[in-house]
Amino acid sequence: MSNALELKDVEKSFGSVIALQGVSVQVAPASVTCVLGDNGAGKSTLIKILSGVHAPTKGQFLLEGNPVSFSSPRDALDNGIATVFQDLATIPLMSIWRNFFIGNEIRKGWGPFSHLDVKKMKEITKQQLLDMGIDLRDPNQPIGTLSGGERQAVAIARAVYFGAKVLILDEPTSALGVRQSGIVLKYVLAAKDRGVAVIFITHNPDHAMLVGDRFYLLNRGRLMHSWERAHVSGDELRKAMAGGKELEALTTEIETVRKK
Amino acid sequence: MTTAQVDERVKQASLVTRIFRRPEVGALLGAIAIFILFTSTDTTGNFSHLGGIAGWTDIAAPIGMVGIAVSLLMIAGEFDLSSGVMVGTTGLLVGTLVQELHMNIWLAIIIAMVFATGVGMLNGYVVVKTKLPSFIVTLATFFILKGANMAVTMMITGAVRVTGTDKAPMFKSAHDVFASTFKLGGVDFQVSVLWWVGLTVIATWILTRTRFGNWIYASGGDANAARNAGVKVDRTKILLFMLTSQTAALVGIMFVLRLSGMQAGQGVGQEFFYIIAAAVGGTLLTGGAGSAIGASIGAIIMGMAYIGIPYSLWNSDWTATFLGIILFSAVMINTYIGRKARGGK
Repeated sequence: MSNALELKDVEKSFGSVIALQGVSVQVAPASVTCVLGDNGAGKSTLIKILSGVHAPTKGQFLLEGNPVSFSSPRDALDNGIATVFQDLATIPLMSIWRNFFIGNEIRKGWGPFSHLDVKKMKEITKQQLLDMGIDLRDPNQPIGTLSGGERQAVAIARAVYFGAKVLILDEPTSALGVRQSGIVLKYVLAAKDRGVAVIFITHNPDHAMLVGDRFYLLNRGRLMHSWERAHVSGDELRKAMAGGKELEALTTEIETVRKK
Repeated sequence: MTTAQVDERVKQASLVTRIFRRPEVGALLGAIAIFILFTSTDTTGNFSHLGGIAGWTDIAAPIGMVGIAVSLLMIAGEFDLSSGVMVGTTGLLVGTLVQELHMNIWLAIIIAMVFATGVGMLNGYVVVKTKLPSFIVTLATFFILKGANMAVTMMITGAVRVTGTDKAPMFKSAHDVFASTFKLGGVDFQVSVLWWVGLTVIATWILTRTRFGNWIYASGGDANAARNAGVKVDRTKILLFMLTSQTAALVGIMFVLRLSGMQAGQGVGQEFFYIIAAAVGGTLLTGGAGSAIGASIGAIIMGMAYIGIPYSLWNSDWTATFLGIILFSAVMINTYIGRKARGGK
């Protein structure tokens, strides 16, 4: 099976600062690829390369086997790479169906009389969300009335509907509670079931373990580990992420402080 | 993954909720209350009859026309403080072209429209390119035009007003279109009322039923999210600045035709009436929500106050105070209703 997206030995530097070095990532269609890393590991830089905000300084960016370079996020979107940013996904005061179709409005009529096909857009919104397992009573309600998890879900459904082949999720669960995170993770799997290659960026190994097929660990701008789902446990993931020995040292330190 | 989960805590939005979700409902209730107030305090017996209605719609029409455009601009998250003075500038431009060059009135009207469109475009372009607050940019435009209205009029005509617009070639036809009256139930109504109603209908259609309208809400709701979704935020805002200047020019042209001349200070201060109309009508000052009908209802409230206060034999020096109280209460009520309708606390 060919990869939906692949990075080969990518490097990104800003002046003298090397933010990413020697990063190679393979993302298969209909799979969830988790990119783990603590703060400052280079996750944001990686997202920005994947979503078309930055071009890599060195290395190759392959989309379905072909080398590409994007000039803007819109360019990446037109090539089937959709990014759901943590809080920039939706416009709170606008209704759900308007949010779903913003920038891709369906219109009917001719010339100056061309207008929105409201009925059709409402139907599609309701149906698409239903297919993802979200039952909306009223697509007219402002999207700001939905919970954080539901808003992420609408953004995911929207990206899937508009033909995203690769869906990048920037820490979709980091601001959410346990239940809400669960809802989002469910939709991540729903997107995968529809053949989308999902790249799930997170610093939460438990969330990654629940949905991931392949895991990459970033640290200080380098790829430290990669695992297939069958060959890794949640504990290993958590330990690797916290830096193994560093975590043990930290635990001892905390215990010393507590004894005082 | 096709079995939908039904959340038993989500109630079907009731009819009442759906009505109260409309941004202009607060203004409508206010307008009804004020209508009842003045009908009961009216000493002429005329306020609620056609004669009175012709009076207050005459005042409401120019406020409503520009108020609608200002409302769309505010929904997109921007202000235009130069909209009032633009009424004067375009009126003076038409008057001066006729008085000094004996220009054909239609040509003068076209020149004034093009000029206003250019100033609007400049306002918008400067705002999106410099990313300065539109409050500051258009405040500067306001003062530049206010000074120019006085200075240029004095320089060219030697007086603080232009006159004799009715001597222009083809004046009659332009007057018919922009400044005549029509009969309704035996009472003369201003033709500006028809323009105003027409603009309200078109603006409402644009706002709720076109892609451009969708982009207006998106630009003001969250410009960043809108850009990420492919909305041309800058173009949307520039077009709205142009539209605002154009409606102000339309009102300026109506005044100069009706009065056959114009004072250099005309229009200054009107920008606040437009903003009041928009805000009373439920348009958020922070952008992202509002309506065109709301601005028109806001204008009706102002028209009723201007006619109702003297009809009730109250001291009309207090009219502005009355409007200030209306503005404050309306925005308070709108905010409260809005929060309820969105299901928040």
